[in-house]
Amino acid sequence: MFSKEKFQDFLAKLNTGYTPYVLILVHIMIGAIWVYSSPRSNVAFVVFISSLLTLYGLNTNKIFKLSAGLILALVVMPVLGVRNIFYLEIMFQISVFAALSLGLNIVIGFAGLLDLGYVAFYAVGAYLWGFFGSQQFYAIPYAPGIQPSDLPFLLPGDMFYLFIFIAIIVAALTGILLGLPVLRLRGDYLAIVTLGFGEVIRVLANNLDKPWNLTNGPQGITPVQRPTMPQFAVDGFNNFFGGIIGHTVSKADVYNVFFYLLALLVIVTIIQVVSRLNDSKIGRAWTAIREDETAAIAMGIPLVQMKLAAFATGASFAGAMGVLMAASRTFVSPESFSFMQSIGVLTMVILGGTGSIPGVILGAATVTVLNLQILQGFSLYLSQLRQSDAVIPIINFAWKNLSTQLDPAKYQRLLFGAILILMMIFRPAGLIPAARRQRELAADDEE
Amino acid sequence: MALLQAIDVTKRFGGLTAVNKMNFELKKGEIVSVIGPNGAGKTTFFNTLTGLYRPEEGKILFNGTSLIGLRPDQIAARGIARTFQNIRLFGNMSVIENVLVGMHFHLKQNMVSAILRFDSFKKEELEAEACAYELIKYVGIDTSLSNELAKNLPYGGQRRVEIARALAADPQLLLLDEPAAGMNPQETEEVTNLFRRIRDEKEITILLIEHDMRVVMRISERISVMDYGEKIAEGSPAQIRSNSHVIEAYLGRGAVAGQHEEMVK
Repeated sequence: MFSKEKFQDFLAKLNTGYTPYVLILVHIMIGAIWVYSSPRSNVAFVVFISSLLTLYGLNTNKIFKLSAGLILALVVMPVLGVRNIFYLEIMFQISVFAALSLGLNIVIGFAGLLDLGYVAFYAVGAYLWGFFGSQQFYAIPYAPGIQPSDLPFLLPGDMFYLFIFIAIIVAALTGILLGLPVLRLRGDYLAIVTLGFGEVIRVLANNLDKPWNLTNGPQGITPVQRPTMPQFAVDGFNNFFGGIIGHTVSKADVYNVFFYLLALLVIVTIIQVVSRLNDSKIGRAWTAIREDETAAIAMGIPLVQMKLAAFATGASFAGAMGVLMAASRTFVSPESFSFMQSIGVLTMVILGGTGSIPGVILGAATVTVLNLQILQGFSLYLSQLRQSDAVIPIINFAWKNLSTQLDPAKYQRLLFGAILILMMIFRPAGLIPAARRQRELAADDEE
Repeated sequence: MALLQAIDVTKRFGGLTAVNKMNFELKKGEIVSVIGPNGAGKTTFFNTLTGLYRPEEGKILFNGTSLIGLRPDQIAARGIARTFQNIRLFGNMSVIENVLVGMHFHLKQNMVSAILRFDSFKKEELEAEACAYELIKYVGIDTSLSNELAKNLPYGGQRRVEIARALAADPQLLLLDEPAAGMNPQETEEVTNLFRRIRDEKEITILLIEHDMRVVMRISERISVMDYGEKIAEGSPAQIRSNSHVIEAYLGRGAVAGQHEEMVK
């Protein structure tokens, strides 16, 4: 019979000695070659990015992990991504949402403050660059739709880099501004107020096209500038990777690689910041507040200050990613900042594991892939079936009679809801539960 | 000069006066107990001292300065640490982290130094860790449990972690709310000795609420008795034992009930 112990023994054996190295390399190779040979296969891509999980989970030494991760992220992924630009887009989205999840994780996971309007800070960042990095400043006197098309740009595109930092500060200040009035609230009440705040920002973005046209209303601001891309970067990329990619890479595609790498850089920075904060008196104070507010304040933790710090830090990540998003899309509009987005990020945090840094990144990756790839792919598959003459055998149902209303890509909300409910029932601590740091202490203990 | 002085402190909840014109004084280095029947207002009095409640009337002076209107964390920073009647540990943090939280306002690190990991930050963290480790040892917890989540410790262990966490704040005054509740006689004996050591070795003044009369009579230098929010008696253990008000309000009833139970058996 198949016993649980035997299975665990088997797993443990797989995870010792050289086997994990071999497994990881095999996984990466299979994934990479598969994606390389069939760039449109969803399954191939999932197999490929799940190799990151194998790399993270299996027991190998740090240098191997780091170098394998670097090669995957800096060489393999750009090459595969340029062959099918959609993959780069997914990786970019994963990075954006991972940053948002990590930010929300500080507020919800560490400090235990339920924030349902988190996406507002993302909007603040996006609209900040959306306004200053476009022609919108000169379009203020014109109503949406009638502005002349030859307006100048307010700032050069390279100011983008500076605005990442400005957005961090502005979003943090917005976080404090939101935090101040709501700090007395706990739990559900806090959730409702933050939800309202998120909607206020969205509605402002939607309606600030009058009396002065600041946001261009529901149409959104476009074009938003990108930083300049020197020709030698494009040529260099082509010289270096052109051989394996198989075709000349256009400037637009190099931009995609650039934004992917930039998002990666931001993510790595954020991970460092979060884990370092978490392992300091600030992180301990946040967790203490989450565990027991009364005990925390009686132990000398200034509640207001620490909660504001949590709000501001969380918000700043979203602000930075907002700028990145606005530039990569060259477009910002209010609908990107709906309540569903906040819920989406919340789902990622809960799925991955509240308070767990690797957890929320996994959560962000899983939900994004499910959302952009699996559901979309399923939709595509259904529509292909609809066009074919196939029939489900036993019940004799012709696929072409299937209602066109049944479109899995539109079932995002169902997905979020199902994930939230299933996680609460089966794994409330998330896919990778948060663990406390184990300190090496007993060194001086010999009596 | 008195370390802590409460003058005419009154705390009301709606129509209920939980603490009524409480006058109380504590000298440096004393161990004093507050006793009284359930609902007498002892814990409310503690909560007003530590700033969790704001008294309607009266003054609270600590080292001669008023504590009224200060937030609990500010009061903690002035040197008053406490434990809670129903243990309030940070359950999902490890034992040593719980103790480290107690040091919060002594640590000089800030966000920038935490992110950039200056040498001063690393040094401070190591020192804090070592200090927390010593405290864990001091209160009598097996140090191999340092990395265990606080919620996984047995009841007696959790009580001790709470004391270690309070000591980590390096207080001048330690308020203990029923520290021996739910402990067996041996554990009670051990913590009683621990309290005396804390006072003698660390020179921390101790004020405790306790129902276990063996602890109260053994350890207290002075006892204050509360009933219906008022102080009805104060004195040495011997004086309290023979005080007719106290026997009537508290010990008397208890003694009678005890005899009754024995007769039933």
